[in-house]
Amino acid sequence: MDTIKDTLTGPIFKNNPIALQILGICSALAVTSSLKVTLVMCLALTLVTAFSSLLISSIRKQIPGSIRIIVQMVIIASLVIVVDQFLKAYAFAISKQLSVFVGLIITNCIVMGRAEAFAMKNPPIPSFIDGIGNGLGYSVILIAVAVVRELFGAGKLLGFEILPLVTEGGWYNPNGLLLLPPSAFFIIGLFIWGLRSVRKEQVEQPDFKMARHTAVGEGA
Amino acid sequence: MSSNDSTSKTLFVAFAVSIVAAIFVATATVMLKPVQEINKALDRKRNILAAAGMLEEGKSVEEQFAQIKTRIVDLRTGKFVEDMDPEKYNPRKAAKDPSSSSKLTPEQDLAKISRREHYSIVYVVEDNTGDIDKVILPVRGYGLWSTLYGFVALESDANTVAGLGFYEHGETPGLGGEVDNPRWKAMWPGKEVYRDGDVAVGLIKGTVDPSATNAPWQVDGLAGATLTSVGVTNLLHFWMGEDGFEPFLNNLKAGEA
Repeated sequence: MDTIKDTLTGPIFKNNPIALQILGICSALAVTSSLKVTLVMCLALTLVTAFSSLLISSIRKQIPGSIRIIVQMVIIASLVIVVDQFLKAYAFAISKQLSVFVGLIITNCIVMGRAEAFAMKNPPIPSFIDGIGNGLGYSVILIAVAVVRELFGAGKLLGFEILPLVTEGGWYNPNGLLLLPPSAFFIIGLFIWGLRSVRKEQVEQPDFKMARHTAVGEGA
Repeated sequence: MSSNDSTSKTLFVAFAVSIVAAIFVATATVMLKPVQEINKALDRKRNILAAAGMLEEGKSVEEQFAQIKTRIVDLRTGKFVEDMDPEKYNPRKAAKDPSSSSKLTPEQDLAKISRREHYSIVYVVEDNTGDIDKVILPVRGYGLWSTLYGFVALESDANTVAGLGFYEHGETPGLGGEVDNPRWKAMWPGKEVYRDGDVAVGLIKGTVDPSATNAPWQVDGLAGATLTSVGVTNLLHFWMGEDGFEPFLNNLKAGEA
């Protein structure tokens, strides 16, 4: 049971796909300006990761090595299209806001990363749980980023006014930068810094060390 | 694993996965299509009502939309067309088809839409006596990143704006995306489109001075979104101009549409 729990909760802080593996950053920048949209995106990504891992894992012994990536892509792409269709049918307003980013789950490195790294080597049930876990890891960071961006960028959370804006007769002057994609870089950067300050083992070893140059030049 | 890599196995797996995936995707798409169509139509109607300032929250959109008549206008003659079914006509498709649209010259093409369809769907609100109360016109044009699709509602004088709204665009949230801001949209009702017969309405840089003589034709620009603001001005100039709805509006005023 411990391994199942580890597979599920490991990716949330210990091995977070965004903060440690630095995967899936593009959608983290794009969809986090509003919390509601972010929640739907997280749900969509978690479902796609979980079910693609489940399906890929269940046919992993039949997939020829030479076309494994394309087989994974076909499965992931089909799931993403179906999720997109569902959103268009049952959450039309949100699907309009998410627009192209649902489709871009196909190219989200987390989904393929888990398929290739975990589902190809593990049985279906752990793969499914691994997919859920990584989806949750992605969600934790995205939701945190979205809360900061929507609250301080627009003074709202889930569309409800929290900080009354100056333009609407309140006192809060919103930080417009937070609504633009680059702000997510700063916020994610701060998260990674915070996380690695607490969990020192996540700090990467430098690839090389700077040293004093030892060449003795003629003029030196 | 080596047996998996034989040519026949590779082809078989590729084929089988594709078939299963295709069936799965096709089923989902076909099953969900009716719900999606309803959503799209509903969203369009909601936007039409909102542009005309007639949308009331809590009431069914269908019910509210019942007061609006859907008509087709021939943009070349500026007259209503009776023998076409608005339900079956798709203006976006028509705008791409050379047989049902005309190419715009660079001088004409203020809104940067490159082709304009021959027929357009307009929405008419009639008062109790059957006279036209409001007319809602579809407009579109290029902003900074995307084509903005929206509606402009005019009062019965075919000059005073009753409202404006965009239902589809991809402008920057918080900047150009502020075209969706209700506070900005609330500045439109009461503005005038034509001045001495020319389209004069437009966005200006900064805030409109209400005492200025130009004030009735001016709306505040979107802060930090110069190109979207220019795009909105241009698309209004195009659609309210002679290649857009001006002939139709003139006919409407003269009672000849």
